Amino acid sequence: MVQLLFAYRCGVRVDNGYNFTLINRIKLKVLLSSSYDHLTQLLTKVMDEHPNNAVDVFEEMSYEVKRASLNSMQSNLRDLPQLTATELLAEQQRSLFLQSDNEPLEDETGKPVLPNVSEISFYLEQAEVGLGREEMQRIFLALKKLVDSERLTHCRFWGKILGIENNYIVAEAENREGEEKDHYTIEDELKEQIKEPESLEKEPFEVRARNPFPHSAHKPQHEVPKEAIGIGANKFAYYVCKEPGLPWVKIPSVTPAQITIARQIRKFFTGNLDKSVVSYPPFPGNEANYLRAQIARISAATQVSPYGFYQTVGDEGEEEQELYWASIEVNPDFEGVPVRELAESLKVWVHHRQHILQQGRCTWENMAEKTGEDTNEETEDEREEELDEPEVGPRLLNPLSLDAEAQSSRYSKSMDLEYGVPTARDEFRSYVKSVCFLYSQLSHIQGNFYSTFSFCLAAEWQSN
Amino acid sequence: MDSCSLYYSLDLVASSGHVLTVEQRIALQTSLLILKKKYKFQRAMLWGKILGIQENYFIAQGRGESEIKDRKYLYSLDCMEWFLLPLVTESMIEEVSKAVRGHFIGEPSFVYEQIHSHGGGEEAAEGEEVIRVNEEKRLAVTVHLIDEDVSVVPRGAFIRNPLGHVQINRSFEGLSESEARRLENYLHFHERKTGNKKSITDMGEWSPAIDFLDALSDDIPKGSWSLQFECASRVCVLRSLLWPGLTFYHVPMTPQHGYIYIGFGMKNIDLPFKL
Repeated sequence: MVQLLFAYRCGVRVDNGYNFTLINRIKLKVLLSSSYDHLTQLLTKVMDEHPNNAVDVFEEMSYEVKRASLNSMQSNLRDLPQLTATELLAEQQRSLFLQSDNEPLEDETGKPVLPNVSEISFYLEQAEVGLGREEMQRIFLALKKLVDSERLTHCRFWGKILGIENNYIVAEAENREGEEKDHYTIEDELKEQIKEPESLEKEPFEVRARNPFPHSAHKPQHEVPKEAIGIGANKFAYYVCKEPGLPWVKIPSVTPAQITIARQIRKFFTGNLDKSVVSYPPFPGNEANYLRAQIARISAATQVSPYGFYQTVGDEGEEEQELYWASIEVNPDFEGVPVRELAESLKVWVHHRQHILQQGRCTWENMAEKTGEDTNEETEDEREEELDEPEVGPRLLNPLSLDAEAQSSRYSKSMDLEYGVPTARDEFRSYVKSVCFLYSQLSHIQGNFYSTFSFCLAAEWQSN
Repeated sequence: MDSCSLYYSLDLVASSGHVLTVEQRIALQTSLLILKKKYKFQRAMLWGKILGIQENYFIAQGRGESEIKDRKYLYSLDCMEWFLLPLVTESMIEEVSKAVRGHFIGEPSFVYEQIHSHGGGEEAAEGEEVIRVNEEKRLAVTVHLIDEDVSVVPRGAFIRNPLGHVQINRSFEGLSESEARRLENYLHFHERKTGNKKSITDMGEWSPAIDFLDALSDDIPKGSWSLQFECASRVCVLRSLLWPGLTFYHVPMTPQHGYIYIGFGMKNIDLPFKL
């Protein structure tokens, strides 16, 4: 009788007169055994695991038991071990931890080649900027590898740029002569294209007589030449990598044309250095060039230090123009600025990188001289008038308070005011945070010790 | 992100460049707990931080019974004292969008003024209307818009019971490695906006308790999310390009997930040009 009721419940048709056919009997047996077994397994599971509210999770446990029984019916094939992306990256990052010869990282004059990244990341954390301690440590190891492989004398962690598919970690190092690879740049491509129209002029004379092409009066402007390595915008070389542990790539130096166009466009970085930048006005280069142009703009505009930390290295009796590319050096007599002053006013923070002029370079190049080849007098006169005065940018070591857009200097909030960190941060260039801080250890701990650091983090660069 | 998971989850989103100092972290852990008790929230979460010129605002979110409907926001300047943000209405959103320009200042009582004239240009005096909005309202509206547009949860993390309440799914085990790489497995955490226009083949595997939210892959313009694996490829991080500063993290094969917004509170309206 019980069996009948059970069968009815399970939807097995029952003949009149309770005569089960053979098939129905088998069906019934299978159904009964599976339900009975299932309930047995489920109750065993409840007794073993002692969940707090067994009734509430009963259905879920039943589902899990069914799933488990299904797994055990799998075939005897074993899975091929597949390398996931995570494992691949772990293999590559393993090389970060291999100890090289334990030479202390110092250059000829005894200065440390790499900054003390953990100390710096601690201070940046006080300013609420940073990448987390683990990531900074990985970056430090990657920088060490870079210094070893490229034999750099000086290297600095510049910052991180977020991209859509991959991010860029950027390191700044000194730019040495003779290391420019023979990149097939867009400049060369354009020069070839300019040669092509000339070949059209070699058409047979008959055709030309019938359809004389109107002679175009447009003369493309000569390109502003890029600055030499070691000067101005190309003072430093930049290396990027996607993740610490992956190989570093040196990005090519920047041309003024790239800077002027980069000022006019807004594009996200994808994370792929070879990708072309599709924009209007058309950008002369691929993503690596665009990246370099933005890095140049960010560095020039946002690297700051306290007043007096750097001093100009100037010869006596120089003309005004020479000041623009005066070099600076650390001032050995720097005595420090009171922390309060640093936090409250902007006058004590100064730029220590050269401003990039409208032309796209840091040093002025008089384009009027180059147009001497043209025979057209009008254009010469026009050009001479326009370019009569050299472009003047703000002087090096200009205080922040004279900047067109306001920036903010702030004091990191701290219960213990003596140990707080004053920072200057650039908020108006949206999504770029250049934080420069000055920290000082109090004299009763270890003697006065000052340093400056600036760290740039940009998702994209906007000029307002 | 949840106040109980604050101590480890902040490290997972640090790859976006924003960290909190140790002081702020401990202050938040204490004050969020007190907040939860005071306002009788089910969960108190740190929603994020809006950066201003002079000061930054910390924003906390409290959730009640239904995780979607009962959401309240509070703000603080020092992580200890919290003030409730006003409820946002349509008229408030309109006012704020007309009157407000530029970055947040950092002072809740700062007033943005805009003279809005309608009617003929010459008779400006008659049709002139001065719209004044204080920064607190702007903050409330910005936080509300960001949550509506870009709050993210992984698929399966929340279930909707037959009464319509949305609750945490206690048996959520996390997305697998391959699932975590697909944008369809991440859902917006707001009331469904698009109708059920999907074909039956798309909806084949859906379960009504889990799939009651819009997927991120349906966002327009396509490509407004950046999906990456950070921290040596162990954490899946989603960043929004529409509201830059919003970071969502999820550790695959574990139920850990959360999102935080640390940014200037400015929508990226150039997005279609930048992609």
